[in-house]
Amino acid sequence: MFLLLKYTLLYAVVLMLVALGGMFSERSGVINIALEGIMAIGGLAGIIVLVLFGGKMPAAALVLVSILASAIAGVLYSLLLGFSAITLKADQTIGGTALNMLATAAAVVIVKAYNNAAAGGNGSASSKLSYSNTEFIFNAGPLTYNIFLIIGVILLIVAYVFLYKTKYGLRLRSCGEHPQAADSVGINVYKWRYAGVMISGFLGGLGGFAYIVPSVSTWNFEVGVTGFGFLALAVMIFGQWKPFRIAGAAVFFAIFKSLANIADATFLSNLHLSKNIYDMMPFIASMIILAFTSKNSQAPKAEGIPYDKGAR
Amino acid sequence: MGNSEYIIEMLNITKEFPGIKANDNVTLQLKKGEIHALLGENGAGKSTLMSILFGLYQPTSGMIKKNGKEVKINNPNDANALNIGMVHQHFKLVECFSVLDNIILGIEPTKGLFLSKKGAREKVTALSDKYGLKVNPDALVSDITVGMQQRTEILKMLYRDNEILIFDEPTAVLTPQEIDELMKIMKNLANEGKSILFITHKLNEIMAISDRCTILRKGKCIGTVNIKDTTKEELSRMMVGRNVSFKVDKKPANVKETVLKVENMTVPSKVHKNNAVKNVSFEVHRGEIVCIAGIDGNGQTELVHALTGLEKISSGTVWFDGADISKASIRERSKSGMSHIPEDRHKHGLVLDYTLEQNMVLQRYWESDFQKAGFIKQGAVREYAERLIEQYDVRSGQGPVTIARSMSGGNQQKAIIAREIDKNPDLLVAVQPTRGLDVGAIEYIHKQLVAQRDKGKAVLLVSLELDEVMDVSDRILVMYEGELVGELDPEKTTVEELGLYMAGAKRTTA
Repeated sequence: MFLLLKYTLLYAVVLMLVALGGMFSERSGVINIALEGIMAIGGLAGIIVLVLFGGKMPAAALVLVSILASAIAGVLYSLLLGFSAITLKADQTIGGTALNMLATAAAVVIVKAYNNAAAGGNGSASSKLSYSNTEFIFNAGPLTYNIFLIIGVILLIVAYVFLYKTKYGLRLRSCGEHPQAADSVGINVYKWRYAGVMISGFLGGLGGFAYIVPSVSTWNFEVGVTGFGFLALAVMIFGQWKPFRIAGAAVFFAIFKSLANIADATFLSNLHLSKNIYDMMPFIASMIILAFTSKNSQAPKAEGIPYDKGAR
Repeated sequence: MGNSEYIIEMLNITKEFPGIKANDNVTLQLKKGEIHALLGENGAGKSTLMSILFGLYQPTSGMIKKNGKEVKINNPNDANALNIGMVHQHFKLVECFSVLDNIILGIEPTKGLFLSKKGAREKVTALSDKYGLKVNPDALVSDITVGMQQRTEILKMLYRDNEILIFDEPTAVLTPQEIDELMKIMKNLANEGKSILFITHKLNEIMAISDRCTILRKGKCIGTVNIKDTTKEELSRMMVGRNVSFKVDKKPANVKETVLKVENMTVPSKVHKNNAVKNVSFEVHRGEIVCIAGIDGNGQTELVHALTGLEKISSGTVWFDGADISKASIRERSKSGMSHIPEDRHKHGLVLDYTLEQNMVLQRYWESDFQKAGFIKQGAVREYAERLIEQYDVRSGQGPVTIARSMSGGNQQKAIIAREIDKNPDLLVAVQPTRGLDVGAIEYIHKQLVAQRDKGKAVLLVSLELDEVMDVSDRILVMYEGELVGELDPEKTTVEELGLYMAGAKRTTA
């Protein structure tokens, strides 16, 4: 049972962070299907910091720098989506999909190049990186926590306050609902859409790092982030683009995802089901849930539609 | 120069777009505290002129003065800084925000990092009391009526302390009672010293409340007149450039056998859980124009969609020429002699990126006249389109090969009417066929409807315009919240009585 709780917390924080990121982007009017790719790039940036500076820096500084690196890498990568979707007014779904494919491939190339160089250029490079993650994890009582749990809770509250209690949130939301209305009262729609996309890059990159680091100490970048970005999109929709509902939805999906991890070690093994079935569970659950909830969806009205100042 | 009689002057404004002069040396002078109407046909350049004043476009030449001093308006923020505000034809309101949030959006009052709405709420309440603008600041925009949404837009301008208020066709979406109320509000605002620019092509409203009127035609300024010294006829002559008759000329109806019979039809709504059309029964006969009157959104759209096959009905029967067509496809209905001039000409009337000739054969391209072995006979299509263009006077840049999107609204509508009437239908369903059109085009369309009737065809007209309902129809059915609440004879009823039925205040139980 503790094992289930441990994994649920781990995954819930990741899903929540990334889904909150998606929420900011979509609330500003840009569909962010590139979350998967942003996570991979963010995770890669953070882990490169760990590999390069692990042991050469005080633990606290290392944690801070690696987390910032992942978030900043996410922001920079999300700017590609912003540029294509906002400035060039390209189709957001296609742009996002392209970024997803690019991210995994780019991560593999970078990691292989690094490993190749580290091995003295003999060409037998793998796409795996190993690192130490002990700085991120601490124990309290029977449970193991990681630092992202605290960060996640803080960011959830910040996200809520920002969105509903500040004028910036009001403006950002208006751009996703009725950009012409926002424009007519002097709000720069392009600026706020970039802001939304960059916030989603920040949270997505951070989420990618939070997914990879606490659970394992070696990561194979060929798998990207194993579909977590897409799962986060489902969490966002199930959470109806609202921060606390997203947090709840994240816990719900995280339970399903955790079942796969504990299947071998607990009573579930008695059922003699293939582990693959548990692996499929969160995705099947998201399909079923979305099929039932999409009808009264409260998606931002203008999401996915490039804003063109000239068009009336 | 400082104390000019005019608060805003637009002097010798010319605006050229590639290929056309939208405004050609137009001068408009607005006095402080007056209601100044801007009248013109569609495409006369009214919207362009107002967009220039609101900072959405820059003029090619000419200048704008405020209180006698030249100003530059490069974007809506500049307009706002000069206290110019605008109620757009399509409201610029965020539906899932409260009224208050919409009003403060863009100039939000804050305390430290956070929003502080208390002061704003007090200011809004004070303004709405002062000008009689009843709204609930905490209601969501999606939950309030169109009239209240418009009042929210007016409050938005007042909250920003705007002095010059532009109303872009404000009455198009309102009920007669709401129009009266708006007129009162506008007069109130003018009395309080606000200067109002009122864009419209409804002459009655201009006569009712304006002080002066500037008329545009084809981008040129025809003149500015004092309303006291003019008549409706003169205004329309200046607008269109010829005499226009307001009365629809028609003989008494010669009603024959039933064409369409609807029995207990119910249509579910797509937007809410209730039924949009509730247990409706009526008949339409050859040789009459039956008009379904009602305020927008009372189920007329769904009713027509159900008749023409765009939506499914959940119970009831539709008989057409004696056959049950309740479950027939759209093409079957069309082939059996039903024509449809749709409410939304862009969505259901035309394929905007097709050419005019392609649009004209949309419902007939499979006929042997127009295709052979699956290949379109281009020559036959061209010939057919040319005949319709000639016969129905559809004007366009390049004739049959003009892209539909590039045509003016009136000519797009004429193209649809040509296509639908040329099918020689037994029943013509026309939904708001004159929406957004100017008096010249309206006159033409009304003549076509009456001609159909006189040929012994049935016409079912759905209209929101009271004048149209009263003038064109032989029989009026009033629809309110999905039900038919009354059947009226246009000869024996009044606009006021009709308005009461439309607002649900009166009903005759069938």
